[in-house]
Amino acid sequence: MLEQSRSTRITLRCVALAYLALLLGIPVGLVLYRTFEHGVGAVWDSVTTPAAIHAFSLTLEIAAIAVPLNTVLGILTALVLVRGRIRGKAILEAIVDLPFAISPVVVGLALILVYGRIGWFGPWLADHGIAIIFSLPGMVLATVFVSLPFVAREVSPVLREIGDEQEQAAATLGASSWQTFWRVTLPAIRWGVAYGVVLTVARCIGEFGAVSVVSGKIAGQTETLTLLVEKRFTNFDLAGAYAASALLAIIALATLLAMTRLNPRKDH
Amino acid sequence: MITVENVDKHYGDFHALKGIDLEIESGSLTALLGPSGSGKSTLLRVIAGLEIPTSGRVILDGKDVTNLAPQQRGIGFVFQHYAAFKHMTVRDNVAFGLKVRKKPKTEIKDKVDELLRVVGLDGYQQRYPSQLSGGQRQRMALARALAIEPAVLLLDEPFGALDAKVRAELRTWLRRLHDEVHVTTVLVTHDQEEALDVADTIAVMDAGQIAQTGGPRELYDAPVSDFVMSFLGPVARLGEALVRPHDLELSVDARDGALEAQVVRVVHLGFEVRVELLLAQAGEGAEPVVAQITRAEEQALELSAGDIVWVRPVLAAA
Repeated sequence: MLEQSRSTRITLRCVALAYLALLLGIPVGLVLYRTFEHGVGAVWDSVTTPAAIHAFSLTLEIAAIAVPLNTVLGILTALVLVRGRIRGKAILEAIVDLPFAISPVVVGLALILVYGRIGWFGPWLADHGIAIIFSLPGMVLATVFVSLPFVAREVSPVLREIGDEQEQAAATLGASSWQTFWRVTLPAIRWGVAYGVVLTVARCIGEFGAVSVVSGKIAGQTETLTLLVEKRFTNFDLAGAYAASALLAIIALATLLAMTRLNPRKDH
Repeated sequence: MITVENVDKHYGDFHALKGIDLEIESGSLTALLGPSGSGKSTLLRVIAGLEIPTSGRVILDGKDVTNLAPQQRGIGFVFQHYAAFKHMTVRDNVAFGLKVRKKPKTEIKDKVDELLRVVGLDGYQQRYPSQLSGGQRQRMALARALAIEPAVLLLDEPFGALDAKVRAELRTWLRRLHDEVHVTTVLVTHDQEEALDVADTIAVMDAGQIAQTGGPRELYDAPVSDFVMSFLGPVARLGEALVRPHDLELSVDARDGALEAQVVRVVHLGFEVRVELLLAQAGEGAEPVVAQITRAEEQALELSAGDIVWVRPVLAAA
């Protein structure tokens, strides 16, 4: 196929755009339209209720713990997977992908089985006054688990592509492994890391299933933004649900923008 | 001085280096020459510390460095594919070794500027590697390796990824640079012309062993084996013997020890004339033997395709 005809090209574009519009553009646009249908004032009131503010800060709090944790762990995992000379790499690969394969609801139930009142560690934890299920630690655990693979999966191919010659060169020039990591490896994989972080953030703030199971959905205590959206929706508070949804969408957009602005220098 | 003592390297079942013994004089430029898979790059990486030998020792300037990390060996290493730090400017690339040694900023700047002048990249300080040509990138990599004032400079097929013209320029330039800087240099190459052109000493490697070590002239004139001889220049097979094409003598009459052959083609290359011959004793489909003679000799013989001639090694070379 040396040259696509003009009409083929236009048809392909239309199909792609229609697909995107149907699946993404129209629903998201509609949410935003419905949100601001009755003016900004109503939206503002809806997202500044005590429950909404708490849900918002709880969502950010969970993300603030889960994202750095999964970023560091993800980079480490990618380094081990690509550079490491260990046995059982295939098993580690499978473990990294596990959260993709398991339904979030199952993850939540599994956490309850381990940490819940009748779970393995439940009685011991209860004796020592540590609450995991139906409280913040459980929600963080659930979020960490479901958003685990993103950074590792984004960084691995980049590491593979850059190869290890630059790292070897750094070593011959006298750099320690630590210096090599900070000065050579990390800058080389930074776009992979950034993209992985964006996906992790999106997953963390958007996570519903696993968090829903372990949170107990206690209003003003263990209610995240997604849980709030669901509650308002089931309570026929459509305007409120749209407002909270719009807030979620805005956080996601803000992360994306922040990442693309983070390091605009070109080196290719 | 670099001493390699009885070094063996195994990769699983593959025996990459077999009992290598090698001494490299301080201040010399030595080439490790061999076909791919002969172990020359592995040997270089063992000297650098990028590979750990299965057994044997590596001694740099009297110090056993076999178990030292590359960071502690005081070596400069240049890779075939440059291994440039793509996210850093030329200045930062060359400064890297000095920065990790926490040298003062002004000292680093002066040193980098001086080195970039030496390698002919003055004015390119703010460029990124992607904005340089292959030859420029490799000169930057050389400056980067030289910045830490290494005791030993190791070059792994440094011109292998460049086109023929740039390659020839760079090796002349490398030879001049070596005469100025005098750092002990080991160059890995599979190109015999490159080795003969640049090196003081050549170690020819074959299947994980060193076949012969010596000066370019010694290796060319007195190869210890057919392998070394055929690797270090063109050869012609005359019966059982390997002979250089320019050591063949042609005559129109039968002489002692000469073989009968038919001229296939006569190629005039200015001063030199190449005569392709098919030996009478050779079977069907045999490769023609190439003899290299001067124009004067060719004019005396008045050769043309189809003629029958007699060919034997020049007596001095036999």
